[in-house]
Amino acid sequence: MTRKTRKKTLPGFGITMGVTLAYVSLIVLIPMASLALMSTDLGPAGFWKVITDSRTLVALKVSFLCSLCAALINAGAGLILAWVIVRYRFPFRRFVDGLMELPFALPTAVAGISLTVLTTDKGWVGGPLFRLLGIKIAYTELGIITAITFITIPFVVRTVQPVLEQLSPDYEEAGLILGAGRATVFFRIILPEILPALLTGFSLAFARGLGEYGSVIFIAGNIPFRTEIAPLVIMSKLEQFNYDEATAVALLMLVASFVVMFLVNRIQVRAASFAGEK
Amino acid sequence: MGRWGGENRALRRLLIAFSFVFVGAMLVLPLCQVLWKAFESGIRPFWASVSDEYALKALRLSLLTTVMAVVCNGLFGLCAAWALTRFAFRGKGFLITLIDIPFAVSPVIAGLVFIMTFGRMGWAYPFLSEHGIKIVFAVPGLVLATIFVTFPFVAREIIPVLTARGTDEEEAAVLMGAGFFQTFRRVTFPHIRWALLYGVILCTARAMGEFGAVSVVSGHLRGRTNTLPLHIEILFREYHTLQSFSCAAILVATAILILVARNIVEGISRKDADYHAR
Repeated sequence: MTRKTRKKTLPGFGITMGVTLAYVSLIVLIPMASLALMSTDLGPAGFWKVITDSRTLVALKVSFLCSLCAALINAGAGLILAWVIVRYRFPFRRFVDGLMELPFALPTAVAGISLTVLTTDKGWVGGPLFRLLGIKIAYTELGIITAITFITIPFVVRTVQPVLEQLSPDYEEAGLILGAGRATVFFRIILPEILPALLTGFSLAFARGLGEYGSVIFIAGNIPFRTEIAPLVIMSKLEQFNYDEATAVALLMLVASFVVMFLVNRIQVRAASFAGEK
Repeated sequence: MGRWGGENRALRRLLIAFSFVFVGAMLVLPLCQVLWKAFESGIRPFWASVSDEYALKALRLSLLTTVMAVVCNGLFGLCAAWALTRFAFRGKGFLITLIDIPFAVSPVIAGLVFIMTFGRMGWAYPFLSEHGIKIVFAVPGLVLATIFVTFPFVAREIIPVLTARGTDEEEAAVLMGAGFFQTFRRVTFPHIRWALLYGVILCTARAMGEFGAVSVVSGHLRGRTNTLPLHIEILFREYHTLQSFSCAAILVATAILILVARNIVEGISRKDADYHAR
């Protein structure tokens, strides 16, 4: 009780809270509620029909699998990058570190057209790959994975990096002195410490990949039943003025991303409670 | 540390080499591709496509939406951070979740919610059309969609700083007779200015490059509701590669500026934090 009265000594509650609530309602709450409201027009049977339509299902599968692949690639590459940036000193380290946020700073459409031109069978990367190995990247699933990987690079690096920076070297040294091999030290001492951050980064990357639109549509080729992603299904339904069906697919995707976000939350809460125990 | 660095030089070299290859292929190469395509046939064609009437209009519109989004979300971020960190109230967790929602939502869905609210299907449409207000397929819709996708950026940066600092200094100021604005300006603001600037930079980056959300609400009226990323898309789809990449080069330049600014601000705020920690 005393705490509560003490808190109110600070002024400005009314105005800041009022602005916050009004703004949140206008930008987030009311529009999101409208979406939920609109989806009830369709009814449960109609909703089920839309989301079990084979074209929608294939698009959802493509989105899911490609985001998963991209998130896995980034979990590996991001862990190595974070490790290299934090633990090693080498020329251009600051440059590599500073460049990590490029995918956040570069507009997705620019990334999309650039990666597409790079990876077509006439491009700088796609050309040699196609001639030597017969691999096509642009306009295939590989293209989608490439675009999503690019967009989600910063997530794993930037969640793992601060944890690695704060990791005390004492435990590692103790492990090494006690005769553990480097692999043992990494898997038994370092990995458990950074695992929550790694999982968080992985899930954030996955969630972002599911919804990614701008960079993917250029490189994907958007062939129905093959390289069509879920956000594009929403988009094409909108272009046909098929608002009900667009809303149904959107709602399904929203549920999927909220599940991922909920899992991220759980991971962080658990990690925090573990840290508290120590 | 010494053992890590000394004994496994091969592994260390391998990991650093991997990092350079990954960063080079995934981040540097796409940038070079954009600049190459833009300046392939010299500076004059580049200049001609950049100073094209529609390109300039698109750039102006992009700047307008960006400034609106940064100002609105900046003011909101300050209010929300103050209300959320300085007072205890019921439903705080729910409010924080609401603020975070735009992070979890696909850009396409972000555009869709505004169509469902203000578009022809939306419940607000009769009222809006009666008063001659156009939101969807017009500039206000673009601004709203941009605000939505950049909604949490500033608030998210300021909240942790204010939480970490606690309320003691502000309480002291208020008890000694300072008013709300004086307390904020003289006591709180100096601590959060770098976080605010950092949030503004992130917000600018995302707002300049937003594609999916604005694509849904824009209606693609050339010269009227086309932002620069949308303009790039149209040019690319019409096989005007040079014009498309020339406009993309402008956004690459902005992205690099944003990255440099971000790194400078981070460096300064770290030094600041070290200074205060001592």
